[in-house]
Amino acid sequence: MADIKNLQGMIDSTPIMKDYADIESSKLPEFQIDSKIPEGPVAEKWTNYKAHQKLVNPANKRHLDIIVVGTGLAGASAASTLGELGFNVYNFCIQDSPRRAHSIAAQGGINAAKNYQNDGDSVYRLFYDTVKGGDFRAREANVYRLAEVSNNIIDQCVAQGVPFAREYGGLLANRSFGGAQVSRTFYAKGQTGQQLLLGAYASLNRQIKKGTVRSFNRREMLDIVIIDGRARGVIMRNLITGEIERYAAHAVVLATGGYGRAFFLSTNAMGCNGSAAVQAFKKGAYLANLSFTQIHPTCIPVHGEDQSKLTLMSESLRNDGRIWVPAKKEDAEAIRAGKKKPTDIPDEDRDFYLERRYPAFGNLCPRDIASRAAKERCDAGYGVGTGNAVYLDFKYAIQRLGEDVVRDRYGNLFDMYQMISDDNPYETPMMIFPASHYTMGGIWVDYELMTSVTGLFAIGECNFSDHGANRLGASALMQGLADGYFVLPFTMQNYLSDQIKVPRFKTDAPEFDAAEKAVRDRIKRLMDIKGTKSPDQIHKRLGHVMWNLVGMGRTLQSLVKALDEIEEVKKEFYTDLRIVGEADTLNTELEKALRLEDFLVISKMMAIDALHRNESCGAHFREEYQTPDGEAARNDQDYMYVGCWKYTGDNEKPILLKEPLNYEAIKVQTRNYKS
Amino acid sequence: MEHNINVNLKIWRQRGPKEKGAFVNYRVENVSTGTSFLEMLDMLNQQLVDKGEEPVVFDSDCREGICGMCSLYINGHPHGPVQGITTCQLHMRKFNNEDTITIEPWRSAAFPVIRDLMVNRNAYDQIQQAGGYVSFNCGGAQDANALPISKEVADMAMDSATCIGCGACAAACKNGSAMLFVAAKVSQFALLPQGEVERKRRARAMVAKMDELGFGNCTNTGACQAECPKNISISNIARLNREYLRAKISD
Repeated sequence: MADIKNLQGMIDSTPIMKDYADIESSKLPEFQIDSKIPEGPVAEKWTNYKAHQKLVNPANKRHLDIIVVGTGLAGASAASTLGELGFNVYNFCIQDSPRRAHSIAAQGGINAAKNYQNDGDSVYRLFYDTVKGGDFRAREANVYRLAEVSNNIIDQCVAQGVPFAREYGGLLANRSFGGAQVSRTFYAKGQTGQQLLLGAYASLNRQIKKGTVRSFNRREMLDIVIIDGRARGVIMRNLITGEIERYAAHAVVLATGGYGRAFFLSTNAMGCNGSAAVQAFKKGAYLANLSFTQIHPTCIPVHGEDQSKLTLMSESLRNDGRIWVPAKKEDAEAIRAGKKKPTDIPDEDRDFYLERRYPAFGNLCPRDIASRAAKERCDAGYGVGTGNAVYLDFKYAIQRLGEDVVRDRYGNLFDMYQMISDDNPYETPMMIFPASHYTMGGIWVDYELMTSVTGLFAIGECNFSDHGANRLGASALMQGLADGYFVLPFTMQNYLSDQIKVPRFKTDAPEFDAAEKAVRDRIKRLMDIKGTKSPDQIHKRLGHVMWNLVGMGRTLQSLVKALDEIEEVKKEFYTDLRIVGEADTLNTELEKALRLEDFLVISKMMAIDALHRNESCGAHFREEYQTPDGEAARNDQDYMYVGCWKYTGDNEKPILLKEPLNYEAIKVQTRNYKS
Repeated sequence: MEHNINVNLKIWRQRGPKEKGAFVNYRVENVSTGTSFLEMLDMLNQQLVDKGEEPVVFDSDCREGICGMCSLYINGHPHGPVQGITTCQLHMRKFNNEDTITIEPWRSAAFPVIRDLMVNRNAYDQIQQAGGYVSFNCGGAQDANALPISKEVADMAMDSATCIGCGACAAACKNGSAMLFVAAKVSQFALLPQGEVERKRRARAMVAKMDELGFGNCTNTGACQAECPKNISISNIARLNREYLRAKISD
C-alpha cells in the first residue's frame, strides 16, 4: 500500500505506478502493438483496404458461424448485415427482446457529414471535429473512416423507414450538437436512438425470419472460449432457467456497450455492465484508455440514497437552453435555502458561465468542458438545488421562438423532466448536473475492429476506438452503426477468408468443458459466501468510491485512495456478499453479483489507467495538470498514445502497452473553444 | 414538497409459468414521494433480501420510459394510474400515505408469467419478424434526400413508430388483442414511401401471425389507446383495417 502523505513530490515520476502496474514490460518486443492501419493518405486508407481485402464467396459464407453478443445499434446492425451477406449468425441479448438494448434510450441524434445545410460541413470537418473533440487521443485512421461512412448510415436508415425529422419542403432537418460549428445532427424527436435501433431491429427480424440469424434472448455471456489461440465460442447463462449453455462459432463479436455503471448511478440502463470486457481481458484482450469516461453535463440531479439511476436530458437542449448559476453567492445560498426562486434572479445577476468562458461555442461546448465548468461553479459555492445543480433555462428561447416552437422541438424531454422533478420547465429553469453517461475507453481493437485475441471482435461502445478522450454528442449512434453496418461486414470477411475449410465447431471440445467448469465454479464461489450484504449495497459503495475519487476531477492522491478503497470494497464483496435464492434458476441477485464482481475489476483498471496518465486530456482531468485558467493541460510529449492494459492474473499487476498515436492529416494543437 | 409515506403492497407472486400464484402483502415505510415506483420496489426487495427471502422479480431496464421492459399492472391499470407514462416513470408522489397498492403482472394469455411480475413477450417479436420491416440489404440505399417526404407525413409516421413494444395494449384489452401494436408498425410503413412496395404483404403477414399466436380480436373498446404509455392513437387501427382490407381485396 502506498503512503499517500508524501506523494506530491512523486507527481511526474512513475515510481508510484510500480505498486499497481508493470509499465516496463511494454518495451519487450512481444508486447509491441500492431494496429494494422493501412498504408496511404488518411482519406484513401479505407478505400485501399476494401480494394485489397480478402472476401468469402457466397457458397462458403453459409458454412461459417458468427456469434454476435448484444443487440444495440452495433450488435443488431452487425448481426443483420452479416446475416444479409449469408453468414450463419447467433445473436444474443440480455433483455427479453433485441429491441430493448440500451441504444434505445439515446435521445438527441446522429451526426453525418452530409452538408445538407450548406454550412461548410464535409467528411474532413467531421473527422477533424471528432479528433479535436477527443482531445487528440483517438486513432486518426479510424476516425476518418467513421466520418467517411457517416453519410451511408443516414441513407441506410432512411431506406429502412426511419422517420427522421423533416423540414416543410420534405427534406431532412438538422440541429447542432456540442463541439461543432455546423448543423449536422439528424434526429427523430428526442427518440433518435429508439428509431435507429428499431430500424436495425427490423433488419434483424428480416434475417431471423430468413433463418440466417438465430436470436437468443435473456442470455448473459459468462465466458469466451478460446481454441488454438482463436475465439471460437461463448458460455452463456440462460437468465430464465439458470442453465449454463455453450455456443460455438468461427468468430465472436462483442457489442456489449459501456461500463459506466461502475459509478453505480449513471444514465445507463439497469442491466448495462462491463462483464464482456472483463471476460475478454482475462482471455488476453487488452483494455484501453479506461480512464476516459464521459460525464454528461445535462442530467437530472441526484435525488436521494434510494435512487437507482439518473436520467439524461438531451444535449440538444443546449441548442436553445442557456446554462447559468447565480452570479452572487448570497443568491445561490438563498435559493438553496428555499428563500428565493430562480425566476427572482434578474438577468444581470445570472452568470452564464459557459458563454462567459467559451464565447465561440457558448452553451454548445463539448461535454467534458461543460461538465467540469458546472462542477467548478458548484464547488465554488454557486450551485443551486442541493448545491450540486445548475440551471438550464428556456425563458430566452420561449421569448425568441414562442412556447409552441419550443414544445415542438423538446416537448417529450420537457414532459420527462416534469415527470421526474415535478417542476414545469416552461415556467422555471430545469436543474441539471453532470452524471456518468458513456465510456470512451474499452476493449482495444485494431483497424479491423479485432481485439488482441484472434477472431474476437469488439464493436460499438464496448471498444475504445473512435472518440479519444471525449466523445462528441450524437457520435455514439454514428459509431455503433458505422461499425455494424459498414465496417465489420468487410473486415470480418478478411478474417474468415482463410477459415472456409475449418469445419463447424462442436461444443464438446475440452476447451468448452474447461470454460463451463470455470463458470460453474465461479457461481458456486459467490453463492457460498453467504454474507449479509446484497450486491446492490456493495455496488452503491463502489459507486461512491468511483464518483468521489475517479470522477470528474482526479488527483494522484484521490486515485491512490481509490485503489485502496476498491480493495476494501472487494474484501467486503468476497467475505460479506449474500445471494439469496438458487443458482440453477432465475436469480436476479446472482446476475447482479456476477456483474458487480466484474465492475470491481474494471474499476481498479479505471483507477490505474487514470493514475498512470499524468496529464489532463478530454474527460480525464487530473487536477494537478491544468492551465492557469482551469483548462486541461495535455502532455503530448509523454502521453500521446493509447494506454492498453494486459491481464496477467487476478492478483498480478497488469502490463501497460502503448500504441503511439500519429497525426498526419491534422495538426495537433491545444483544444480551444473560446475563439 | 417532498415527504415520506408508508405504503401497503399487494403483490402477485408466482414461482413459474405452470405454478399457482397468489397475492402476498408487504409494507414499505418511509418512501420519499420523490422516488420512483420501481425504486420503491427496490426498497422492498432490499427488505426481503435482508430477511433472506427472495426478491420480487420484475422487469425493468432503462428506467426512463423508452425501452419497454417494465410491465406492471398497478391498481388495475397497465403502467399504473397516470396516463401516458411507463411504470418506471411513475413516482410515489402520485400515492398517499397508507395507500394499498395492488401490483400484478400483465394479464394476457399471450404473455405467460415467467415468475412473479415478469412475463414472456416473445409473441411481439414474432409478429415483427413476420413482416415488420422494409426488405432491402445494407449498402444499396440512395441518397437520403432523394425522396422528399412531407413533414406532416414524417411526423405521423414518427407518432406510430414511437411504440415501445411493452405489451400494455394487449394487457389492457378485454379480448387480449394486439391490434394497436400491429397497427402502429403497419401504419409507420404504410405512411412512408419506403414501405409502399411491401404494403399489402406486410399487413397480411403481421395480422396472420397475430391471429396464429392467440391474440384476441379488436372490438374497438379503446382500452389500448387509453393505457398506451406513448399515447398511440387507435386511428392506427383504422388504418390497419384499411390496409388489411385492401390487401385482401387484391388477393
